[in-house]
Amino acid sequence: MNRRGFITQTALTSLTAILGTEIVFGKFIPTDYQPLGVQEPSPFQLFEKDNQMVVLNDKPWNMEAQAHLLDDAITPNKYMFIRNNGKIPETIDLDTWSLLVDGESVGQPKRYSLAELKSKFKHHTYQLTLECGGNGRSEFDPPAKGNQWTVGAVSCALWTGIRLRDILKDVGIKNDSVYVGYHAADTHLSGDPNKEPISRGVPISKALQDETLIAFKMNGEDIPLAHGYPLRLVAGGWPASASGKWLTGISVRNKVHDGSKMSGTAYRVPCEPLAPGEKVTDDKMCIIESMPVKSLITYPKTGAIFPIEKKLNIRGHAWSGEFAVKRVAYSIDFGSTWHDCNLEDATNRLAWQHFQASISFPKKGYYEVWTRATNSQGIAQPMVLPGWNPKGYLNNACHRIAVKITA
Amino acid sequence: MNQQEKYFEAVAQIRKLMLRLIVVFLIMIAVIVHSLLAPDVFVLGNSPHEEPYAWVEEAMDDRIENGIHVRTGFVSDTGLMTVVANCTNCHSAKLVTQNRMSKERWRATIRWMQETQNLWDLGDKEAIILEYLASNYAPIQKGRRQNLEKIEWYVLE
Repeated sequence: MNRRGFITQTALTSLTAILGTEIVFGKFIPTDYQPLGVQEPSPFQLFEKDNQMVVLNDKPWNMEAQAHLLDDAITPNKYMFIRNNGKIPETIDLDTWSLLVDGESVGQPKRYSLAELKSKFKHHTYQLTLECGGNGRSEFDPPAKGNQWTVGAVSCALWTGIRLRDILKDVGIKNDSVYVGYHAADTHLSGDPNKEPISRGVPISKALQDETLIAFKMNGEDIPLAHGYPLRLVAGGWPASASGKWLTGISVRNKVHDGSKMSGTAYRVPCEPLAPGEKVTDDKMCIIESMPVKSLITYPKTGAIFPIEKKLNIRGHAWSGEFAVKRVAYSIDFGSTWHDCNLEDATNRLAWQHFQASISFPKKGYYEVWTRATNSQGIAQPMVLPGWNPKGYLNNACHRIAVKITA
Repeated sequence: MNQQEKYFEAVAQIRKLMLRLIVVFLIMIAVIVHSLLAPDVFVLGNSPHEEPYAWVEEAMDDRIENGIHVRTGFVSDTGLMTVVANCTNCHSAKLVTQNRMSKERWRATIRWMQETQNLWDLGDKEAIILEYLASNYAPIQKGRRQNLEKIEWYVLE
């Protein structure tokens, strides 16, 4: 079609919108064509997210928070990052939804309906930190492939569900069980029905922990669609990709699960440290397990300007995968001196801990406030980027905010 | 030229202008009436009945503003539409534009997509795509830690 035809039709489209499409120009509209406004709904409305959330990708949907949005002790849905590998399931029928537990290491595969899962097993609620393995990827040099997360791919919500352990006990698992892999209802971007977008999991030891849940509630309500409605595996403290959304199956394996995104460079880092940009073969890559020690300043938002007589009250959260955080310190002189923050204990294991401090500044000018957490193993956050890896995982470098002090 | 001649000339010009306006106005009325009775006239040489989807695709907004392909966010350069056609079917253009890689790593990414994600054989388009990606989305050196940038300063109450 020539340019003139295009313009005429653009005008026509707006005209039909005004006049009402069905009557006058109805025959122009292909049956399955939806007007632009309907085709592209706002992701903020669609997923009930705050409009300060940052969309990294719209196919598949990937969205992150900014540091100051994560100020709540318990992350509400509106500030929770979305990380999808495939397409969100289009139809979810609660009556027919089921969870199949199978694999080499179960005696007899068993299928549970949603109602059965909820009624048969005891419910538990934990606050669990879920951080994307690639949170902080955008800082790596040479650049690492994937969604360029900055700091906002982390959340700590309340998850309610049943223990994975209780189901495994009910099914009965063999002594040779090594790993638990999940299967889900999301669909592959290519449209291939035989491909799973992602099918990861955890070693049997993690699967048997008290806090490893098959959840059906988040923050006391049904899990939001983008976060796995109606059923989600939640393995706090590990890369969030281990916590499969839209859960339909659990396979108890007698070897390391070999589902999609369990091999190659996906959610794996070099077993031995590499120079930045160095090549590594797949057999020298190891699966990420517990996430590293990290902290985030959630108040104030970076960019604060205030007079020298004012004390700055900072606050935020710190977490360290399977471990507790023992100390959070701040620095206003680029790491030359460190001062302890007040640090609270976690509500439960695998939940983030809150810190706060009150800071005076010696003279006016530009400062950066850095925080640095140290875990129970004595391991602290690095001030520069940690070890380079091909996919840019595990960046736990100190968080920094900029402030200006005026006279 | 005296005053009277000037006057008549002006009158003649106004008359011409009026005539033109009337003609344009009549044509517009004719077009509107015709379009209501037979709207097909709006589709120049392309019947929507034969190709019901054609105009939807054609109507895809391919405007370029400030060197950016508005619909996808891709940089406008040689190979743009080949990249749009081959790299935005499964995933968003945002997955490409967020990333920075050398030609070798872009090639490896294409191979990975072909091996694991059902990407088709790109044939002779591959060279065009690689050239486009490597020249417009090449790595930028960032060092071990960058300055804090894009800070929106505000007065803290």
